[in-house]
Amino acid sequence: MPDVKQLARLLMELDDQMATCMKCGMCQAVCPVFAETMREADVTRGKIALLENLAHEMIKDAAGVQDKLNKCLLCGSCAASCPSGVKIMDIFLKARAIVNGYMGLSPAKRAVLRGMLTRPRLFNALLGMAETFQGLFTKPVNDVIGSSCSKMLSPVIGDRHFLPLAKTPLHNAVKPMNTAPGASGLKVAFFPGCLVDKIFPRVGHAVLKVLAHHGVGVYLPDAQACCGIPAAASGDQDSYDKLVRYNVDLFSKENFDYLVTPCGTCTATIKDIWPKLSDAYPAELKARISSITERTMDINAFLVDVIGVQAVENGKATHTVTFHDSCHLKKSLGVSAQPRTLIKANPDYQVVEMKEADRCCGNGGSFNLYHYEISKQIGRRKRDNIVASGAEMVSTGCPACMMQISDMLSQAGDNKPVRHPVEIYAETLP
Amino acid sequence: MTTDALTKEFQAIVGNENVMVSEADRQSYSYDAAVLEPVVPALVLRPETTEALGKCVKLCNDNDRPLTVRGAGTNLSGGTIPDPRGGVVILTNSLNKILEINEQDLYAVVQPGVVTATFAAEVAKRGLFYPPDPGSQAVSTLGGNVAENAGGLRGLKYGVTKDYVMGVDFFDVDGGLVKSGSRTVKCVTGYNLGGLMIASEGTLGVFAEITLKLVPPPAAQKAMMAIYDNVDKASESVAAIIANKIVPCTLEFLDNATIRYVEDFCKAGLPTDAQAVLLIEVDGHPVQVEEDAAKVVELCKKVGASEVKMAEDAAQRDALWTARRAALPALARARPTTVLEDATVPRSKIPAMIKAINEIAAKYKLDIGTFGHAGDGNLHPTIMCDRRDKEEFHRVEAAVDEIFDVAISLKGTLSGEHGIGLAKSKWMEKETSRATIEYSRRMKKSIDPKSILNPGKIIAGRG
Ligand SMILES: Cc1cc2nc3c(=O)[nH]c(=O)nc-3n(C[C@H](O)[C@H](O)[C@H](O)COP(=O)(O)OP(=O)(O)OC[C@H]3O[C@@H](n4cnc5c(N)ncnc54)[C@H](O)[C@@H]3O)c2cc1C
Ligand code: SF4
Ligand code: SF4
Repeated sequence: MPDVKQLARLLMELDDQMATCMKCGMCQAVCPVFAETMREADVTRGKIALLENLAHEMIKDAAGVQDKLNKCLLCGSCAASCPSGVKIMDIFLKARAIVNGYMGLSPAKRAVLRGMLTRPRLFNALLGMAETFQGLFTKPVNDVIGSSCSKMLSPVIGDRHFLPLAKTPLHNAVKPMNTAPGASGLKVAFFPGCLVDKIFPRVGHAVLKVLAHHGVGVYLPDAQACCGIPAAASGDQDSYDKLVRYNVDLFSKENFDYLVTPCGTCTATIKDIWPKLSDAYPAELKARISSITERTMDINAFLVDVIGVQAVENGKATHTVTFHDSCHLKKSLGVSAQPRTLIKANPDYQVVEMKEADRCCGNGGSFNLYHYEISKQIGRRKRDNIVASGAEMVSTGCPACMMQISDMLSQAGDNKPVRHPVEIYAETLP
Repeated sequence: MTTDALTKEFQAIVGNENVMVSEADRQSYSYDAAVLEPVVPALVLRPETTEALGKCVKLCNDNDRPLTVRGAGTNLSGGTIPDPRGGVVILTNSLNKILEINEQDLYAVVQPGVVTATFAAEVAKRGLFYPPDPGSQAVSTLGGNVAENAGGLRGLKYGVTKDYVMGVDFFDVDGGLVKSGSRTVKCVTGYNLGGLMIASEGTLGVFAEITLKLVPPPAAQKAMMAIYDNVDKASESVAAIIANKIVPCTLEFLDNATIRYVEDFCKAGLPTDAQAVLLIEVDGHPVQVEEDAAKVVELCKKVGASEVKMAEDAAQRDALWTARRAALPALARARPTTVLEDATVPRSKIPAMIKAINEIAAKYKLDIGTFGHAGDGNLHPTIMCDRRDKEEFHRVEAAVDEIFDVAISLKGTLSGEHGIGLAKSKWMEKETSRATIEYSRRMKKSIDPKSILNPGKIIAGRG
């Protein structure tokens, strides 16, 4: 049994930030988890109150608090609308590191985070093997979306309609790159992120095609590590530190103007969370981190704001697409106009807005694994809004949302492709 | 009965998943938006049907268990802090159905847990209007609004929640369903028991269904902002507007401290040396609105506003309201704790009240920003502090006492809209009389002999 006193002492570090919550309760209006469970302990106000009580040794059941703390999408909807400006994401991430660090990780999480994620080459090799065998246990269910389900694995994965591992992940399809700036005079470091690399390599190919078209030099080093969000969200500070250091070393080796990713979650992690969780790092590492984070950009924002891609509207659009604002892109990074512009840069596509376009899809990384029922209820609302828009396909700038939305559409039997804006734009290029 | 046995009985009524016993769940219902000490309830229940709600009330009474009904828990007076003697919290958020919206007879029937803004939006879809708009409407419940008689920005012209309550069906302590009011505009069948429920803060009955009046929406509106170098001139403008028989739907006030914090927070373009800002909106028939708006601008200028801006389109209107919307967030960000008070005075006394508040702030070395509803004299002096600093918080408490003394001496009231709850019950007698308290206690005693209905609120004491 961990020493609750020491846990309390560590949490007191967050007391100044937690004290700014005025308990107004306005977060109840926006929290997707609360909308489903309607339990105060699941909304920000309740979580902060419980953490405060743990810090002040007013609650005994630390495991109960840990449970509530982890029942959160980390979607940032509450932070974006909190009238008191509480630094909610700081509190939640740091509290997860403290509480989960203290209570310990579950064996399954430990195996994934410590045994695989922090060893990029091993991780790639293991998943490569998994791809070879996945066909034996799963069967395709929706050709348009490309999803599968599995009776045999259902005790582990439930009734999910998941997207299988790609036959050839991006890191096997393209060799490491280091090309000089072309016509644009710019060079970027390209960080595809795990999901694009392993599940949506087509998005990575689209990015490379677009960058080449615009004469942008690319640094794509081999064996990139995960951005660290699964470790940070699980409060596994050790694994998180390893991943950040590994990536910082890798990307400090080369000069580039921007680091771009097609994953809203990776961009938000690098840009927001790396600096947030770097208090304890040596000054030298902090400096290298901020040098990278300052240059990090979402691919949509890079193409529109830096390269100057513009919408082309000639009234000849033959396809309709509705756009889902990923929480990380819109609420953390403020990127919401650029992906729409990028889609409209393809004159064949017309954007039809759905209701609640910026409402969380319910994925929330490992939230989906541990609270699948709630995740699914949140996801169904997104699916209903997508279908109600009448658009023939949906686009979003984050592969985690792409997975969740694919699962929801596939389970409902909807034949609607799920695509990244950059794929749509890349279609216009030779 | 032991808690375990009682828990089983409640489980039989509302289902296992709707009885919360874990420490973490119970602790999350120990507070509301008031700055008060939390109290952890013994049990938390969430009935999903009206029938189950009635049974829960009866079971609490049979077992001598104090009960506190909780909507969204946004009240600012401790109205949902449970009783320390094994108190039970009953949640209404699963009782959230709009039962009827009658477009012919202009009324709606709702369950108590319906969220105010959700209801207002449903009503608007049908081309009708439900005016009460407390700042918390995105989350507050209609049950909570009735139990606190919530106001909002439109109070001056449209009134407050009580002006829209046509009837309340509620449970008495024995679980009997008491019906009051009707779906007709006129109704004199018996005592006005629905009226008794308004502002009762859960101490006299547990609402099961509420019938609310709806009105046709105004066809047009126009907003303007007037800036003053002196509070008296702002107050004179308010008097002049009303003397000219114009009743704006909103007439909001920001004082110098609030203006400075708002500017600092969101650069709304307000002059930081201005002593007061009025935000005014008139609504109604388009022609009337144009006339009234022009008149308001003229009056404000005549009285001595240093600048008056009129919104020409929806975007400009929105920009004007930014300053008002930013008031609370701006003040709330300044320091960890935000004590939001609610003293209300006759509108002609606003300058005297503001002057007194500023003197109190100086005396106790506190930062106080005041904003609020100038049209109805309902001010929100907001004290920025850190409750963890004991010495400072003593000064805050002393300042609040003095603010109330001044409000009462100016023939005002302790609370315009935030309720009495636990926070202000000790001042009740000062504003009213000994007889008022005794009368209220006798009434409470006969309605609720065991004092299980939200004891300690409004008139204090259990028993
Ligand atoms: C940011 C903010 C802005 C606000 N702005 C305003 C404003 O502009 N105007 C205003 O008037 N108030 C305002 N308030 C105060 C508060 O929101 C209102 O008092 C609101 O009516 C409370 O609703 P609730 O659902 O949160 O009720 P709760 O806080 O849950 O409960 C309030 C009281 O109602 C009782 N109650 C609830 N449901 C029932 C029921 N079914 N039967 C019997 N009793 C019941 C409770 O026991 C309690 O005593 C604001 C609060 C905040 C935090
Ligand atoms: S909205 Fe912000 S200040 Fe209000 S209760 Fe939620 S976290 Fe606290
Ligand atoms: S981050 Fe998202 S899920 Fe978590 S408390 Fe905030 S709004 Fe709810």
